[in-house]
Amino acid sequence: MLSTVLIIIGIILLLAVILSISDNLIQIEAKKSGIDISREDVGVIPKLSFSNGSAKLPSFAKSGTAHKLKKGFDIKLEGEAGDEILQASSNTFALRPMDYRGIAPIPKLEVEVGSEVKAGDPIFYNKANPDIKYVAPVSGEVVEVRRGAKRAISDVVILADKKMEYRAVTAPDLDKASREELVSFLMGAGVWPFINKRPFDVIADPNEVPRDIFISTFDTAPLAASTAVLLKGKEKDFQAGINALAHLTEGSVHLGLNSDEDSWMKDLSNADLHWFSGKHPAGNVGVQIHHISPIRGKDIVWTLDVQSVASIGSLFTKGHLDLSRKVALVGTPVGTNGYADTYLGANIGELLKDNVEGDNLRLIAGNVLTGRKVGGEDFLSFNTAQVTAVQEGNYNEFLGWLIPIAPRPSASNTYPNFLFRDHKFEADTNTHGEQRAFVLSGQYENVLPMDIYPQHLMKAILANDYERMEGLGINELSEEDIAICEFVCTSKQPLQKILRQGLDMMREQL
Amino acid sequence: MGLLNFFKKIEPDKKKSPVLHTLYDAAFTFAYSPATVTEGGVHVKDGMDLKRLMIHVVLALQLCFLFGTYNIGHQHFAAAGQYLGFLEGFHLKLSHGLIQLIPIVLVTMVVGLGIEIIFAARKGHAVEEGFIVSGMLIPLIMPPDVPLWMLAVSIVFAVIIGKEAFGGTGMNIWNVALLSRVFIFFAYPTTISGDQVWVSGYDSLSAGVAANYGWAHDLFNGLFGLMNVDTFDATKTMVADGYSGATPLALAYSGGWEAVTASFTEGQMWWGTIPGSIGETSKPFIIIGAIMLLLTKVASWRIMLSATLGAIVMSLILNAWGATPFMTVPWYYQFYMGSFFFAIAFMATDPVTASATNTGKWIYGFLIGFIGMIVRVLNPAYPEGWMLAILFLNTFSALIDHYVLEGNMKKRLQGA
Repeated sequence: MLSTVLIIIGIILLLAVILSISDNLIQIEAKKSGIDISREDVGVIPKLSFSNGSAKLPSFAKSGTAHKLKKGFDIKLEGEAGDEILQASSNTFALRPMDYRGIAPIPKLEVEVGSEVKAGDPIFYNKANPDIKYVAPVSGEVVEVRRGAKRAISDVVILADKKMEYRAVTAPDLDKASREELVSFLMGAGVWPFINKRPFDVIADPNEVPRDIFISTFDTAPLAASTAVLLKGKEKDFQAGINALAHLTEGSVHLGLNSDEDSWMKDLSNADLHWFSGKHPAGNVGVQIHHISPIRGKDIVWTLDVQSVASIGSLFTKGHLDLSRKVALVGTPVGTNGYADTYLGANIGELLKDNVEGDNLRLIAGNVLTGRKVGGEDFLSFNTAQVTAVQEGNYNEFLGWLIPIAPRPSASNTYPNFLFRDHKFEADTNTHGEQRAFVLSGQYENVLPMDIYPQHLMKAILANDYERMEGLGINELSEEDIAICEFVCTSKQPLQKILRQGLDMMREQL
Repeated sequence: MGLLNFFKKIEPDKKKSPVLHTLYDAAFTFAYSPATVTEGGVHVKDGMDLKRLMIHVVLALQLCFLFGTYNIGHQHFAAAGQYLGFLEGFHLKLSHGLIQLIPIVLVTMVVGLGIEIIFAARKGHAVEEGFIVSGMLIPLIMPPDVPLWMLAVSIVFAVIIGKEAFGGTGMNIWNVALLSRVFIFFAYPTTISGDQVWVSGYDSLSAGVAANYGWAHDLFNGLFGLMNVDTFDATKTMVADGYSGATPLALAYSGGWEAVTASFTEGQMWWGTIPGSIGETSKPFIIIGAIMLLLTKVASWRIMLSATLGAIVMSLILNAWGATPFMTVPWYYQFYMGSFFFAIAFMATDPVTASATNTGKWIYGFLIGFIGMIVRVLNPAYPEGWMLAILFLNTFSALIDHYVLEGNMKKRLQGA
């Protein structure tokens, strides 16, 4: 009996050796004939691919590639927006220099308190790059310039006119104009700051030509706004925006689409379509880049959010800059959940007027993972399409770590949550525990559908090890990608903060 | 809210008495989860924290504790040839088990947590939860007759040198519980080796030696006398003729599987009514604990599976070799003996000391099984290998991770 076992083991080993040698030989041949073996499936042994292998194109899709992401975690919260457009409006709007990553804290103002501006008129510029204009979202009067710590400008507030007046622009003809003309037009028109670049997730440098441009057309974050609502009536603008962006890159414009939802986007042209299915963060552009064509070496790619693309398109379809925005008002403390039809930089207090219940609340510009804690007097950032309200969690809970009194979202199986997959939770801001050293392993990897080891990356950042940071993929990440890891972290480590520290360090190295 | 107000009232001053404040803080955060809210970063956090993680390991260990306690008593009387049925003399076996186990648990907790609290106070942060699990594991891997002072010294060594010197929970390289066990093993080899320690309550295991009963037994005797049931009687409880107290592994080393089955049935070994360390003998209860850890995803299934595979592969190789009686023990019988299940379920899966990458976990687990079986079968001094194999692989887990990460990094750095 033993000898048979040994013989079988021997045969298996021999077969394995033969297979791996022939596999290597084929790959060597493939390399000689110039096939990229990291992207193509070359060899005797079929590659175990976790993203592309089993994914099928959705039935309604006309073209594109499919990606099925198995890892991730959806935080299901109560207070979704539905499709309703509310009567919420705002009269004051603000541009917030601090929202734009990569510019000096005190930009040069082109207006002063009392100036009358039209929508699309320049408000300020960054001294390092005066050609990139930051423009007014609405027409009206500049009523206030708020300053934060060290006299940094936090908000330039505009009181909107009853009737909007737009600064007219003449868009270049995309078929004839050179890339330089298009770039300087976009900078002057005030839409350049909407373009972010990776690595680092900062404003794109007009002197660089990106390898590709990526746009995620759906958001998987908790209580996120629906793109169908955000872009309703702006379908043509969106296509025009893509057409313009396609001129800016050597590669192509890649769109990440939701394979669970049929929409008009399947007919978009001038872009490569990629259908993603999976839990959060499948809708994050960083995750999509990783699966479509990862950032390697000195690659630079650009990313934009959907409403910004439509705004760029409006320059070409309407002859003026349309910075209208829909904002989802979500969370249980919000009386009626729905969308507000407003403009970029709207005032949060005015949007939520008479529509929040309770005190001891936290208002968040953005979602609960990456948003910014705000007060009623604050304004929305240019890249956020939702305002979330949640209960503050400043209470002591008797044996809360062992026997919680109320259900709470958790990715851990120590809660029976995994039996009730569709239950929606009412979350609060309690930390549910204190910060500790990294103890558990594999926890971040389970919720991040990328070939990245977040815990080791975090340790590399804390140790200031630049080569390791780069090798472990810091250039592919932005805070929003790692936010879900920070949510599940048993040791309650501030991962987003650590990552930004690392990204800043990497940027200073350049 | 009465308790909450009471806690808030008695808070000691942090500067004047840091140790007292640390103790207070530990007790307070145990009773009430803190009222802190998220600040920067994510606004909503997972309900999972380190306390909850650790308590699930402790809960998974409870069946082993129950069985282990009773088995101490059972082995004690089995040596004397009394109450041979498992449930006969239930009250005596249970109380003898408690008399042995409670001091061990108390010493472990007082010494270990005491050091933790002093270090936490010195470092000015909260008491870390790591020792909750270590402190529960240590009694289970000790022989029932371990001298308490040895236990205390070993814990001092394990916690200070093994953990605090590296920076506390999460930073240690070796499993703290195993470190205390290995300290005893190497520092007091004469006490810990041999057959004597596995059966509690006798000075030596030669025929006619009477049981060692103390005041605690007298206390129970008073109670049992009132209830009119059997009492502890040292004049009757004497080591029986021909009783050796040898563990299955010791028997297997000298005489192969035949020698083992001459003393123990397969059922005894499976259910755990055999001499051994306190918590490691009962396979079904360990498996229940392991399933609980796997369902809650507290422990890594990759490590458990690959370690089992590694052990099977090595036993097959040893079977094929077959030079000594122990090597000829069929691979499936190897799992009936010794502490394989306990070590793999609760020791190898310690997330801090195991490899952190998924690929690394496969390699780490496999090598534990593989090397552990070598040590068990080939080591002439001590026929069990998991403790040494796990500590050995703890040492190399970071190296395994290093090569896994190098592979990941190479992909990105090539183009640069």
